[in-house]
Parts: sequence; C-alpha cells; structure tokens
Amino acid sequence: MTMSKPAWTKIGLTILGWLVGAMFFYPIFWMAITAFKTEKGAYSPDIFFLPTLESFADVFARSDYFLFARNSIIVSFGSTILCFILAIPSAYRMAFYPTAKSQSTMLWMLSTKMMPAVGVLIPIYIIWQWLHLLDTITGLIIIYTLMNLPIAVWMSYTYFSEVPKGILEAGRIDGATASQELWHLLRPMTMPGLSSTALLLIILAWNEAFWSINLSSAKAAPLTVFIASYSSPEGLFWAKLSAASLLAVAPIMVMGWLTQKQLVRGLTFGAVK
Amino acid sequence: MSVQSPPAALNDYPAPVLKVDPAEKWRRLLMWPSVIPLLLWMIVPLAFTIYFSFIRYNLLNPANTGFAGFQNYQFLWGDASFGPAILNTLIFIGAVLAITVVVGILLAVLYDQDFPGKNIAMLLVIAPFFVMPTVSALIWKNMIMHPVYGSIALILQKLGLPPVDWFADYPLLSVIIIVSWEWIPFSFLILVTALKSLDVEQKEAASIDGAGPFTKFRYIVLPHLEKAIGVVVMIEMIFLLSIFAEIYTTTGGGPGNATTTLAYLVYALGLQQFDAGIASAGGILAVVLANIVSIFLVRMLAKNLSQSV
Repeated sequence: MTMSKPAWTKIGLTILGWLVGAMFFYPIFWMAITAFKTEKGAYSPDIFFLPTLESFADVFARSDYFLFARNSIIVSFGSTILCFILAIPSAYRMAFYPTAKSQSTMLWMLSTKMMPAVGVLIPIYIIWQWLHLLDTITGLIIIYTLMNLPIAVWMSYTYFSEVPKGILEAGRIDGATASQELWHLLRPMTMPGLSSTALLLIILAWNEAFWSINLSSAKAAPLTVFIASYSSPEGLFWAKLSAASLLAVAPIMVMGWLTQKQLVRGLTFGAVK
Repeated sequence: MSVQSPPAALNDYPAPVLKVDPAEKWRRLLMWPSVIPLLLWMIVPLAFTIYFSFIRYNLLNPANTGFAGFQNYQFLWGDASFGPAILNTLIFIGAVLAITVVVGILLAVLYDQDFPGKNIAMLLVIAPFFVMPTVSALIWKNMIMHPVYGSIALILQKLGLPPVDWFADYPLLSVIIIVSWEWIPFSFLILVTALKSLDVEQKEAASIDGAGPFTKFRYIVLPHLEKAIGVVVMIEMIFLLSIFAEIYTTTGGGPGNATTTLAYLVYALGLQQFDAGIASAGGILAVVLANIVSIFLVRMLAKNLSQSV
C-alpha cells in the first residue's frame, strides 16, 4: 500500500515538529539528567546511568540553600499578593465605572513599564541605601510590585470587562452591596483569569535577575543570586550546578506551562490575544 | 451609567454629570492604590537619575560635590568602553531581534500545522522562557558551550571538526545565542497566537486560486503577522536594553569590553567604580533609547484599546 502525499507530509511535519521541540528543550533536559549523576559521571554524555541524589544532598548541605529558596518564595508570592491588593480596586473602577480618563490612565500605567531598569539602577540603589532597604526582602518586594503592577491592573481590567454587565445589574436590583457583588459574583467569574495572571506575575518575579543581583547579596538574596554564585569556578561542578538549577527552575516551569494561554495576553498587554 | 448622556454641547463639561452620582466620589479613591505608587515609581527615580547625571557624585569620595554641567556626559563619551558598549548594545539587540523574529515566524508556521503530539512539542519549545536567566547562562556556558566537555564540542568532535572556545573567541555571539534561546519562545508564542486568528477560509481560497506555500506565506501570513511582529520587536527591545544577568554570570563584560553593553557599563561605572554621576548619564541614554521605542508601542496599544472598547 502506498501512502498518499498528504500522509508523507504529515509524517515529515511530525518528525520536524518533535525534532525542533527536542532541540530547544535539550539544554533543560541535559541539566535535568545531569542533576542525577555523580560529579565524576557528569562529564560523560551517557543518557542511561544509575541515578543518584548525591548532588541534591550536596546542594541542600550548603546551609544557605533553604534561605535562598525561602527568599524566592516570599518575594515572588509577596509581591504578587501586594500587586493584586493594589490593582483590583483600580481595575474594578475602570472596568465598571469607566470615565473619560480611564483609557489614558491605563496607557500611562503601561508606559511605566517602558522604563529600562538600567536607567534607574543608580538612584534606586542609592535610595534603597538611604532607606536601609538594600538586601532586604521588603526592598525586593517593593521593586517587583512596581514592576508587575501595570500588568496586574491591565489583566484584571480585561477580565472584569468580560463579565456581562447584566449580571451585576441583576445583583444590584436584588439588593447586593458592593462587597457582596465582588465576592459572590465577580470572584467566581474572574477567578480562572486572575489566577493565571497571578501565576504569570509569580513567574516574572521568580526569574527576575537584574534587581535581585544588584539589590541583594546575602540575607535577602533569592535563587537567581544563589545560582549566579555558581558562575565560577563552581560552574564546573556540573552535577551540583544542575541539581541547584533544576530545583530553581522546575516548579516555575510547570507553572509556566499551566498559564501558557494567558501568557501572551499578559506579556503583550492585550495587543495580541 | 444611569445618567442620560447630556446634549452634545454639554460634552465639554463633564463635571455636572459626575455630581449626580455621590458614590462616584468614593469610586475615584479606588484609583489611588495603583496610581500613587506608579506615579512615584515613574517620577522619583528618573528625576534622581537626571539630577545625578548633572552633579559630581562619587560614592567613595563624598567630598567631591557640586554642579558638573555636562561633564559626566563628556566623561562617559570619552570613556574607552563607551563606544564599544554602544556598538555592542546595537549589535546585540539587532542580532537577538533578527534571530528571535525570524525563527519565531518559522516556528509559528510549523506549529500552526496539526500533527500528533503538537501541544507537547510546543511546550518543549516555550520551556526556555521559564528558565531563570542565571540558570540559562550557566548551563549554556558550562555544559553546552564548554570548549572541551560541552555538548557542542562533543558534536564537533564526532564530525571531525576543531573545537570552538565560544566565550574566548566569540564572546558577544555566545551571549547572543543564549539570550536568543531565551527569547525565541516569547516571539514564537505571540506569533503562533496571532497566526491562529488568521482566517482558514482565506488560506483555502488562496490555495484554490493556485497560490503555492511561499506565495501564501508572503502575501497572506506575513501581512497578517505584521502587527504582532511589531509588538514582539518593541517589547523585546525594552527588555533587551536591560539584559544584565546573562552577561554578569558568563563574561562579566569581557574579555576586555567585548561583551560590555550599555546596561553592563552603567552597572560597572555605578556599582563597581562607584561613580554615580557618570553612571547616571549612561542611564539617561538608555531611557532616551527606550522612550523612542515606547512612543511607537504606546501609540499602537492605544489604537488597539480603542478598537476593543
């Protein structure tokens, strides 16, 4: 039986699609595998070997690993929660009670994201020094909140706008107060969108490396800084580098895959949906 | 909302309309939690950068103060690293943009087709975007591009080709490769999303009219992606202007100043040599560059917003 031309095209397409995916994923795959090798075996290109948790034990044995991990968690979750506390009221106002100024306010908020971080590095460093915020978790949370706030407002606004206006009006006729309206009507309807927005903000804060490297060193440093400390000569201990990297990357990658659909909207401020 | 819209002549005076709803006074307060922090964030640091760029300000030598005029800018201009830093920044941003957009378009077209396991293959492609920059940089430097043990070296060896010492011989190219690997998923994800909205019927109609795949790509796909490509280019430019961690962890701006970009130079001048004045002058240059880009971006977003509302 000979295959028709479209069938061959499909096979070629499948192979190409998977090959390209494998190529892009290769460095991450290689890192994940090496993490389970011994330091001696790490340099061999074997894919099949006896896995060991030795390198993870070594990473954990560095007394400070859990401190870095804890800092990453507090900073990314803390800044995300703070973002929503600040963003929800404004998004609510602009979505349900828009004024002539709402649109320009929103564009202005986005324009604050256009500031390259390097342009304000020096003053932020000096101001943080004055306020004793250098190398503090509070200092990083403030920066990440400001960094992500426009995205939080923007995304919350678009999700609120998608709620049919009639539902809220019906609620109001039934005598629902504003807070009841928020909790019983808006919360369930916008939860899926808002939670994927939250994941996006957590990812952005977790992976942020410009401010964390420049504003924190020992006490408040998150995992980005911890990994940077492997730059040399410890980077040559592949198994340990890989184990530490895998621990820092894996949870966030799963989150990223989960929030994939909202990602485009969040990253382009709704310009591409 | 319950208020009827006033006659056209009154449209210039929105104040009486607002007075009707007493709750409006309270609703206005809802804007404060986000507007006030962002207003401070926008004005205060930038005002300081501008101020610092015109005064003598060395963190190690507090006695040396006073108005400097354009001296900081002149020092920066005369700094041996300045010319190369600007050139490196332009080459770096230009190359990464070209690579991410071209590869992003090709990948978007590839994954716009249907084949078994497509969604999983796509997850593999976008994965690099979620890897923190310090991890990407170190894995690539030590495990992929290592001149002896790296994966690329092993492949070259199998092919009988001489090994390449990436970071010694092609430092800027190495950084470009790593950053492109991180940002291709970004452009791919946006372009493949944009491609989904392309009318299937339009493609089919073109096929019936006898258009080959290249004609279709050139006259249907590419024009459709134009706006999305614009978005990718502008957003990436703003992020790429501040790319720092990849350079910091791999080359430290070197060898010499081969990988010193404007962002790295500002860091080196300000936080390594502690000259806040000159570093601020560099920061202002970055802001000016970014503003030129963002004017276009904001204008496009505004158009988009007025279409959707």
